Amino acid sequence: MKTMERDIEEIQQFSGKSSGVRLSGVTKIFPQMEGNGEFVAVRNIDLNITDGELVTLLGPSGCGKTTTLRMISGFEYPTSGEIFIGDRPMANVPPNKRGISMVFQSYALFPHLNIYENIAYGLRVKKLSKSVIREQTNKVIKLMQLSGMESRFPSQLSGGQQQRVALARAIVIEPKVLLFDEPLSNLDAKLREHMRDELRSLQKRLGITSLYVTHDQSEAMAISDKIVIMDKGDLVQMGSPKEIYEYPNSPFVANFIGKANFLRCELKELKDGSAFVKVGDVPITVPNPGPVEIEAGGQYCLCIRPESIELMPEGDGIPGVISRATYFGSKMEYEVQMGDNHLIVEIYNPQLSVLFHEGDHVKTKLDLECIRVLKEEEIIQD
Amino acid sequence: MGAKGQLVSRRKLSAKNSMKDFKMLLHQPLLLLTIIAVFVLLFIFIMLPIFNVFKLSFTNAEGGFTTQKFIEIIQNKGYGQTFLNSMKLGLIVALVSTFIGYVFAFALTRTEMPGKGFFRAIATLPIISPPFILSLSIIFLFGRQGLITKTLFGIDTFDVYGIHSLIVVQSISFFPVAFLTLTGILESIDTSVEDAAYNMGASRGHIFRTITMPLSAPGIASALLLVFIQSLEDFSNPAVIAGGFSTLAVETYRIITGMYDLQGGSLLAIILLLPTVCAFLLQKYWLKGKSFVTVTGKPSQKGRKLHEKHIMWPLFAFCTVISGIIILFYGTVLIGSFIKTWGINYTFTLEHFEYVISLGWDALKNSITLATISAPIGGILGMIIAFLTVRKNFFGKKVMEISSMLTFAIPGTVLGIGYVCTFNQKPLLLTGTALILVAAFTFRNMPVALEAGTSTLLQIDRSIEEASTISGADNGVTFRRITLPLLKQAFFSGMVYSFVRAMTAVSAVIFLTSPKWTLATTKVFSLFEASKYSAAACYVMIMIVIILTAIVLINFLVQTLLAPRTKVYK
Ligand SMILES: Nc1ncnc2c1ncn2[C@@H]1O[C@H](COP(=O)(O)OP(=O)(O)O)[C@@H](O)[C@H]1O
Ligand SMILES: [Mg+2]
Repeated sequence: MKTMERDIEEIQQFSGKSSGVRLSGVTKIFPQMEGNGEFVAVRNIDLNITDGELVTLLGPSGCGKTTTLRMISGFEYPTSGEIFIGDRPMANVPPNKRGISMVFQSYALFPHLNIYENIAYGLRVKKLSKSVIREQTNKVIKLMQLSGMESRFPSQLSGGQQQRVALARAIVIEPKVLLFDEPLSNLDAKLREHMRDELRSLQKRLGITSLYVTHDQSEAMAISDKIVIMDKGDLVQMGSPKEIYEYPNSPFVANFIGKANFLRCELKELKDGSAFVKVGDVPITVPNPGPVEIEAGGQYCLCIRPESIELMPEGDGIPGVISRATYFGSKMEYEVQMGDNHLIVEIYNPQLSVLFHEGDHVKTKLDLECIRVLKEEEIIQD
Repeated sequence: MGAKGQLVSRRKLSAKNSMKDFKMLLHQPLLLLTIIAVFVLLFIFIMLPIFNVFKLSFTNAEGGFTTQKFIEIIQNKGYGQTFLNSMKLGLIVALVSTFIGYVFAFALTRTEMPGKGFFRAIATLPIISPPFILSLSIIFLFGRQGLITKTLFGIDTFDVYGIHSLIVVQSISFFPVAFLTLTGILESIDTSVEDAAYNMGASRGHIFRTITMPLSAPGIASALLLVFIQSLEDFSNPAVIAGGFSTLAVETYRIITGMYDLQGGSLLAIILLLPTVCAFLLQKYWLKGKSFVTVTGKPSQKGRKLHEKHIMWPLFAFCTVISGIIILFYGTVLIGSFIKTWGINYTFTLEHFEYVISLGWDALKNSITLATISAPIGGILGMIIAFLTVRKNFFGKKVMEISSMLTFAIPGTVLGIGYVCTFNQKPLLLTGTALILVAAFTFRNMPVALEAGTSTLLQIDRSIEEASTISGADNGVTFRRITLPLLKQAFFSGMVYSFVRAMTAVSAVIFLTSPKWTLATTKVFSLFEASKYSAAACYVMIMIVIILTAIVLINFLVQTLLAPRTKVYK
């Protein structure tokens, strides 16, 4: 009972202080070291993070995620555009006055201070009274389950513990916004999943507005209220994990979040929101083509998730031949050759379904509801 | 578009970035003030004096521009010879020192030779010892009353004065510079390449010629240039044992003090300045300067070191011989300080100590005081400039970097002349005060702290400081609470070096001392000129003791003041 009360108290304490973040037309151009060129690291980004939300910046390495984060933290300034925290423009506010906190990829713990002093650092800098510092620090130490390690030094902790200290140090100052730059990338897979869940539940409980950078799509799916996909400095799509996965607006996004099959097609007709397309000679009706603007007569590509395809030994469906069959335990993964195209198909719970072998002739049935029509672009399929 | 369009846009972009940098600075007043203060200091105490040396050299009596004196100097055969002498000496000493330094560095980093700690200690001795000591020793050993020449072999025709003695003395004085530079390089070479080659059947000799040697070539070049600079700058040794062999640093001094020709002196100073600055810039930018201090880096080598007897023992023998010579030299001076009259009456006495203490105590006190004041200032200034140039962006950063490093390459004589003609009138009237000496020490010795600080900072993840900033700390707090403690080791080396150089400086202060502020080194110099060798020996021995004590004290202070907080408040 007692702990519950305290938790609620904490939540109230924190959520009162957190605030939203807004980016408006933010661009960052680096002069290039060699030659006279310039390099656009972030291009014209608009982004709105509402109070208490956890938003993830997701994209391949080098797409400008860290740069965006560093502009919000104030370590870089935008070449153009404005950043607001709460409603306050940040252009002239140095990093230490922005009321934000950050968890670094390398943790960046102070090697010469013990754990207690690492965590208390921000409070000491604020020159709070000794008793307040002691109380706050010990509260966070408890919250992060670091009791007993106060007098150790960072080098004496495991990766997971260091991660906790970094987080403790970041939240102890009760920031308005919390920034994370790939905080879990230095942990091994098991611990990563554990810390990921812990982090998310803590963020929810404290209600701190958070911006999280990662290049790991499953991490992004697991923790985000909203995902922002970036590519080569551009913001290419933004939405909830579900929206992004189910309604990608480009083959790049579809391919980056989960796996996807792409089939080149011609749009014959648009009627009542349904799209009638032809893949080669095969006519397909797509009842829910998705967010992309399309018009009859154009060349497009269909996007189908591997789990939205069924395979049958015979019956109605497009014929194909199994060219690869891989057993993963929780699922079977097949590669099906259909004329010039090949499809990746995932069948879950293979214990309960018919198994196919390489060379088998099959009929494929697409879950039409799950097909999206996207603009053709260069598809990087791995 | 094309190249031109890009050029314009880049310039606009840089301008825009600079503008934003500047705006950001306006919101960090402490940082801005610090940057301005550093620039002002560098301007007044480094750039202005150097500029004034040039101005003085090329100004005639009426205040107009003239090259007349310059042409006179260039056409003067004697000065031409002096220039060649300096070059010749510099080259020979650079080669010998680098060779010794390389063998030491290789033996100490790459083999399992015994006695490494001992050899390392021996190799640091010349760095922390007062000037004149090796010259003294060579006179004690090979001079007219020399222990070896006269007492042992009965020779009294051997002339100890000249280039041969200078080569010996300078090589021993400066090989530690090469040793430290090369140790850094050799430690940073990944030995796995060598191991791989060895496993493929290459002989050790072959590996050394084809892998180790080429990989350490930049370090060798660095060492050559750094020793070359030191040899050219050296005033104290040629001043007392060069005999008829004139060198630039000494000739400059002679012209000014003997012929009262300040203009001629400053012209010679410029002729001395050019090669040292060229060598320095070459070392710094062409070779991407591997530092001239102890490289703070961590040795990355694992695995077995060389232990073959036919490699290890010759190296050991070489190191032992060199160490033996060094011990012989220092030991001679130690003994000499207790001997009644060297070469004539070898009875034990303390009378020189009594004499020296009654005569030179004030000068010693002055030296200690001024070194104690300038060492922490130089140390802190070095750390601040390292912090600014490595971590911050501002207009003129490159200028700050180069000008603060440059004093390493500016011969003391040149700096001394610059100070004399810069600070002899209002509003910067400093001649005759302690302040001018403190300034000279601080700025001349700061580059080592700066260099150590820079190379350490480059190895520290900058996000550690960003973590402090984001926790709410401003630049001042971050610097004091995070950066400086992390730079503890560099700060220590910087302070020690500053202190030692201040205690042992000769050339930079020879024009700056005043009756009120005589210094220990100038006292030794005058004892030397009066041929009071035993008294001089006493004096340098006392100085060594003071320096060693100071090093221990500084270490203690740095460790205590910058000790981490470790208490836990429950
Ligand atoms: N200070 C800088 N100067 C020049 N280019 C930079 C700088 N910082 C980042 N970049 C470039 O900007 C691009 C985006 O970098 P970053 O934001 O770190 O990517 P991400 O975090 O998404 O991997 C990279 O190509 C990087 O090389
Ligand atoms: Mg990144």
